[in-house]
Amino acid sequence: MSYSDKVLDHYENPRNVGGFTADDASVGTGMVGAPACGDVMKLQIKVNDDGVIEEARFKTYGCGSAIASSSLVTEWVKGKTLDQALAIKNTDIAEELALPPVKIHCSILAEDAIKAAVADYRTKHEVATEGYASCDPKAA
Amino acid sequence: MPKLPIYLDYSATTPVDPRVAERMIPYLTQQFGNPASRSHAFGWDAEKAVEQAREEVAGLVNCDPREIVWTSGATESDNLAIKGAAQFYKGKGKHLITVRTEHKAVLDPMRELERQGFEVTYLDPEPNGLLDLDQFAGAIRPDTILASVMHVNNEIGVIQDIDTLGELCRARGVLFHVDAAQSTGKAPIDLGRLKVDLMSFSAHKTYGPKGIGALYVRRKPRIRIEAQMHGGGHERGMRSGTLATHQIVGMGAAYRIAAEEMATENERIRMLRDKLWAGIGTLDEVHLNGDLQRRVPHNLNASFNFVEGESLMMAIKDLAVSSGSACTSASLEPSYVLKALGRSDELAHSSIRFSIGRFTTEEEVDYAVQLLHKHVGKLRELSPLWDMHCAGIDLNTVQWAAH
Repeated sequence: MSYSDKVLDHYENPRNVGGFTADDASVGTGMVGAPACGDVMKLQIKVNDDGVIEEARFKTYGCGSAIASSSLVTEWVKGKTLDQALAIKNTDIAEELALPPVKIHCSILAEDAIKAAVADYRTKHEVATEGYASCDPKAA
Repeated sequence: MPKLPIYLDYSATTPVDPRVAERMIPYLTQQFGNPASRSHAFGWDAEKAVEQAREEVAGLVNCDPREIVWTSGATESDNLAIKGAAQFYKGKGKHLITVRTEHKAVLDPMRELERQGFEVTYLDPEPNGLLDLDQFAGAIRPDTILASVMHVNNEIGVIQDIDTLGELCRARGVLFHVDAAQSTGKAPIDLGRLKVDLMSFSAHKTYGPKGIGALYVRRKPRIRIEAQMHGGGHERGMRSGTLATHQIVGMGAAYRIAAEEMATENERIRMLRDKLWAGIGTLDEVHLNGDLQRRVPHNLNASFNFVEGESLMMAIKDLAVSSGSACTSASLEPSYVLKALGRSDELAHSSIRFSIGRFTTEEEVDYAVQLLHKHVGKLRELSPLWDMHCAGIDLNTVQWAAH
């Protein structure tokens, strides 16, 4: 299988690799996929008081297209509000990276990772305002 | 620095040995006759070359040249053996036995026979890839007509005990077919001693050309098969079609070289394989797939846990290797061979097959080891699973959202 130049670029120079402290109240963590399926993505977003994503970090176990999809997503969500981030569709990711049909699931997973990270952030805030401890990101 | 990329995929195919290519060329341009032409010197020359090649192939596996039937390759040989024997002997019974780790060229004809009303038992190998002999014996029934077990596995390189399996079959009146595509020149084959009735061969896995293979069909006791290809009655009616003289000459030349050089060559290859394993075995969480002892020296199949196989292949793109990862196939299913050994899906997804051959150098192996050390580490830094492993989390206890 041959890869597009954009996939190769993200794979060879992945952007925003790493993570934030998961129990930080300004951080939302999404972990999607399963080792048995061959890909697991962990996406973390850091949200400021205005509800804008200031930074994003990822770690991915998966093929080159999965790594590239998650790397791209960390660039795209930066500077967006949570709702704007949720508007990113897997088809946009697949198109940007010129993913072949057999790799479309990688872009779907990346979209799911955004949704999971945003949902975690929102849950955490509802929970935090009620005065409970933060959730376990491992269960996200 | 070795010349890149480095070919470590000899189990997929091998280059034609230059000595083989040299012997083939005159049969394309000069001695181009049809070996079936009985009326002139062009035909006689071609026939002589075909018969010499038949002797060379028979020489490597110690059988009578008259027991060798030319085919287009091991896939055709497997089809001819399995479907041909099943159809000829169906009056005796309609049950066949094979193993889940066989090549698709055996499994798919078995599936086809099931559609035609035969019944097939698919045996699971042990976790080391080898077949349990008692389990095999227990699967034989009064209506079993044929068992098919490969000699050397294409993915993990393990060598099945075809010696004992043949005895078990012969004692119970069951025909025994062996796919030997991956074993010629790698493991000794003595058909004078083995109780094997049908054996499939390929040229291109043993430094011969693609597009040519052979099926061994035992004469004593005489084994009958129904032809799958009709049109002229070539090869004693078992496989019609004009013989590809230059390909046949190439297969003969390749098998002759294998017979002469395999002992010394395999020692050298074993040394290289051991060096490769010693080099990557020092990495954390690397698992060997398949038995290390009962295995051809050419093969090393390892799972690099927490790193996905396709992304590892992408990182080590200067090495031509293959992976059991689903991402290399359209099906999204990881290697069925590794799964049949009971390997977890994630280890199957993380597997890489290195296969070493005649032209592999020590420098290339050293380079491969160095490259793997660099990139496995890099990909693990990117892997959330590696983080969890380092944090002492058992991945089996995590609730994953399958997709």
